[in-house]
Amino acid sequence: MYFINSFLFCGLVCLIAELILDNTKLTPGHITSLFVCIGAALDTLGIYDYIIVKVGGGALLPITSFGHSLIHGALLGAEANGVIGLLIGMFDLTASGITAAVIFTFVFTLIFKAKD
Amino acid sequence: MTNKKYEKLVKKHTPKENKLKYAITAFLVGGSIGTLGELLIRIYIMIFNTSRHQASTYMIITFIFFASLFTALGFFDKLVVKAKAGLLIPITGFAHSMTSAALDYKNEGPIYGIGSNVFKMAGSVIFYGIISAWFFGLVRYLWEVLVCY
Repeated sequence: MYFINSFLFCGLVCLIAELILDNTKLTPGHITSLFVCIGAALDTLGIYDYIIVKVGGGALLPITSFGHSLIHGALLGAEANGVIGLLIGMFDLTASGITAAVIFTFVFTLIFKAKD
Repeated sequence: MTNKKYEKLVKKHTPKENKLKYAITAFLVGGSIGTLGELLIRIYIMIFNTSRHQASTYMIITFIFFASLFTALGFFDKLVVKAKAGLLIPITGFAHSMTSAALDYKNEGPIYGIGSNVFKMAGSVIFYGIISAWFFGLVRYLWEVLVCY
């Protein structure tokens, strides 16, 4: 069931993005930023946690999950340290992804050159 | 020629994009990536015998690695042109934007080229992600403190 849900959820998010991309003047930059905010907003109400439980891996891949991880880390920090914990814990869960992206980018940029 | 007439003429001659085809492609590609993610999580749990949480971190790093590598090798751009949102919305788009920006500005030097342009696209995602997460986090935290106690 996880596999079908993953396919449907991840596909649906991409479909919505594609429809926005084709029918409005918004660029991919606008849409990704918008989706991160939507992910954070959904997590405020606890909806995104419910989606992840139901969907599994497919819910962790769209960029909406980035916003969810940010706010989730912030709230975990706030639980431990009070209001200032929002700032301390912000990157707790997303750090691995950003760090990996930076390191891989650095290594591959050193090795390869831009095509055409 | 008035502006309106000109607009009509432009509209007539711009090639019509096949929106339905793009939408279906995005849905199928995005869905396949989601399924692949779930599959990878299962495989990592079996191989490394870890928790689901850790396995999903490995899965995301795997996707970032391959998106970055394929962008550097040069054929990810062609895939993005075809699949569009199907590849840009999953985490692959994040890694793709960083690596392609770094490669494009490589010849301007390591500091003002690579270093300051890496986050050109990904920067807006992180920036607005932090702002919205901070705002909504504050709302949720205050709600829990003020209402639940």
